[in-house]
Amino acid sequence: MTMGVHVYSGFERFWHWTQAALILFLALSGFEVHGSLTFLGFDQAVHYHRLAADAFIVLVAFAIFWHFTTGEWRQYVPTTRFLRAQVEYYVVGLFRGAPHPTRRTPLSKLNPLQKLVYLSLKILVIPVMVVSGLLYMFYRYPRPFGIEALNVSGLRAIAVVHTAGAFLLVAFVVAHVYLITTGRTLTSNLKAMITGDEEPA
Amino acid sequence: MRRGIFFLVLFGLTVVVAAGTLRSRQIPATPLEQLKQRFAHRHVPSVDHTKLAALQQPFESGRAVTAACLSCHTERGREVMASSHWNWTRQEYIPGRGIRTIGKRNILNNFCIGVSSNLEGCDSCHAGYGLVDSGFDFTDERNIDCLACHDNTNTYAKSRGGLPAVSVDLRHVAQHVGRPLRANCGTCHFFGGGGNNVKHGDLEQAQFEGDRSLDVHMGTDGANLQCVDCHTAENHRMLGKSYTLSSMNRNRVTCEQCHSGRPHGDDLLNQHTLEVACQTCHIPAYARANATKMTWDWSTAGQLRDGQPFEVKDDRGNLTYASIKGTFTWQRNVTPDYAWFDGTAGHYLLGDRVAASTPVAINTLYGSAGDPDAKILPVKIHRANQIYDPVTMLLVQPKLFAPQAGEGAFWKDFDWERAAAEGMKSVGLPFSGQYTFVRTEVTLPLNHMVAPKEQSLGCRQCHTRDGSRLAGVTGVYLPGRDRNETVDRLGAWALFGAIGLALLHGSARAVAARTRGRRS
Repeated sequence: MTMGVHVYSGFERFWHWTQAALILFLALSGFEVHGSLTFLGFDQAVHYHRLAADAFIVLVAFAIFWHFTTGEWRQYVPTTRFLRAQVEYYVVGLFRGAPHPTRRTPLSKLNPLQKLVYLSLKILVIPVMVVSGLLYMFYRYPRPFGIEALNVSGLRAIAVVHTAGAFLLVAFVVAHVYLITTGRTLTSNLKAMITGDEEPA
Repeated sequence: MRRGIFFLVLFGLTVVVAAGTLRSRQIPATPLEQLKQRFAHRHVPSVDHTKLAALQQPFESGRAVTAACLSCHTERGREVMASSHWNWTRQEYIPGRGIRTIGKRNILNNFCIGVSSNLEGCDSCHAGYGLVDSGFDFTDERNIDCLACHDNTNTYAKSRGGLPAVSVDLRHVAQHVGRPLRANCGTCHFFGGGGNNVKHGDLEQAQFEGDRSLDVHMGTDGANLQCVDCHTAENHRMLGKSYTLSSMNRNRVTCEQCHSGRPHGDDLLNQHTLEVACQTCHIPAYARANATKMTWDWSTAGQLRDGQPFEVKDDRGNLTYASIKGTFTWQRNVTPDYAWFDGTAGHYLLGDRVAASTPVAINTLYGSAGDPDAKILPVKIHRANQIYDPVTMLLVQPKLFAPQAGEGAFWKDFDWERAAAEGMKSVGLPFSGQYTFVRTEVTLPLNHMVAPKEQSLGCRQCHTRDGSRLAGVTGVYLPGRDRNETVDRLGAWALFGAIGLALLHGSARAVAARTRGRRS
């Protein structure tokens, strides 16, 4: 038996799984606040949603630090190379038992489609959620003798943007969870994210 | 390694849960403790009135008592004569109308309609002696009725002409005066409109000796506060007024004057106080002991049995019909209506021409979302059907009360046309001779009958899609109640689309894999 290649560092996996747990929790509690489902009860949902949001922001801060100090941010530089091949693989090749068009190595963990989607999460969806979430938590209505610029006359725009982002994130999680089953075996990608090691082909 | 990651994630979540649980522990709000201490001190009077020489006489009249009071309290007469309890009017700036002199004396209400031409039936709640007609001398301080408010024996009563009832031992009462008690204020304010709890819904006789579950402030098993503990007075100018008679955002009693603007241990709740009045959550229902009048239809008044007026009561003893007043409906434990309110109000003023097509607003609470002064406030809306002149388009001030028949009072003669003519003459307005009845509405802010905190509203009573208490309050985004339909629809498509695609793609893969397996 040959040794696998170590692709996911300890921190990376901690970050991934904590983020996964937090997003799941934020989605459940958040959609309860939104009135879509019943989970903890409204007041508890609000309370814990805020706490999980605090935790999420701390985690994001550490993750950003990690990305820059390790240079891992380069993984997300988008490329069109093999992008078409990757799409064709999901649409056609996968059904014919064709091999993956790209290979995971420590230097290139993400396929071109992943690069594109994860980058847009990182620079678009997550920042929009964090900013709208912070505004949601710390907005204030107009009050006399205050600083005008800090006043928000209503929650509507903030809440609608935050909800739209939440739908995108949840849809992403569904697609993500499905697509990890398209590895060499159904569970090989999952195992890699748990152990950090890519099993040899 | 695998286990390490698992434990790290578990640890992270535990920290979040622990932090949440610890943070949700209520920190005792110190102002409340301070208030309990403050009101645990009972007021001890500095004067024993039984020892005063001026009060050792057999008083012939109320006016004689007042003279005795004024012999020591030399300046109090002028103070009372500057008050609304005495004048029944005051100068108010009404938005859009300018400065007007308004009050009980000249404003139409939604119950017994108005005091003009009916003073003899209303003067038992005037803080004076003899307000029977326009000849009353508002400048004679001996006309002040000190005892109505300051009797501490609960034996004082007013009768005809606003004079002390003959049964009252004036010397005994005069020797036992003090700060006004609930019994003093309640005698008038609990029975306005001609019966217990007719008007306000949150002020009624159960509060004389109620418990704290009915009224957390006045409950005898709780703080046992008197009205004047909140409605404080300086030189007989009391805080508080009713927005059926006043228009300006001044001189109000607020919860904040004792409880501060940040009364909760939880800051999320404190943030609500910017837009939501304390009363909204803390008065979950009004008329929680006895029923309050919800509608009053004057148009059915005047039916007689064998030529005599009669009354009908429901099985709980509420008057549902009276020949002199018409038909009523009552309700107990009523969920309030809610409205934006910025502290200013408008009024129907005598002589205002109004169309009869929509309900006539006897008063209007101003304010809207986005107005920094406006908060959401619980209100009682009382609806009536009142006499109206379709030719002049004026609400009619009818003459209702007279000591005997033949003077044109509706309560004696049951003749609307004559009652309208007499009443309108008394206020100097025309009456065409024709009358009909129009729908009218009055909006009464709810401030009393604050429930213990355990009974206050939970989040879900407003933050819910269906059946939100604030369903009618617009202009504000309420999480849980409101949503953007388009975003929700697109979002659901995205979510279920992703699930559907995954299922479709997955089953296609399974089929393809099996096909390949068979082939090989």
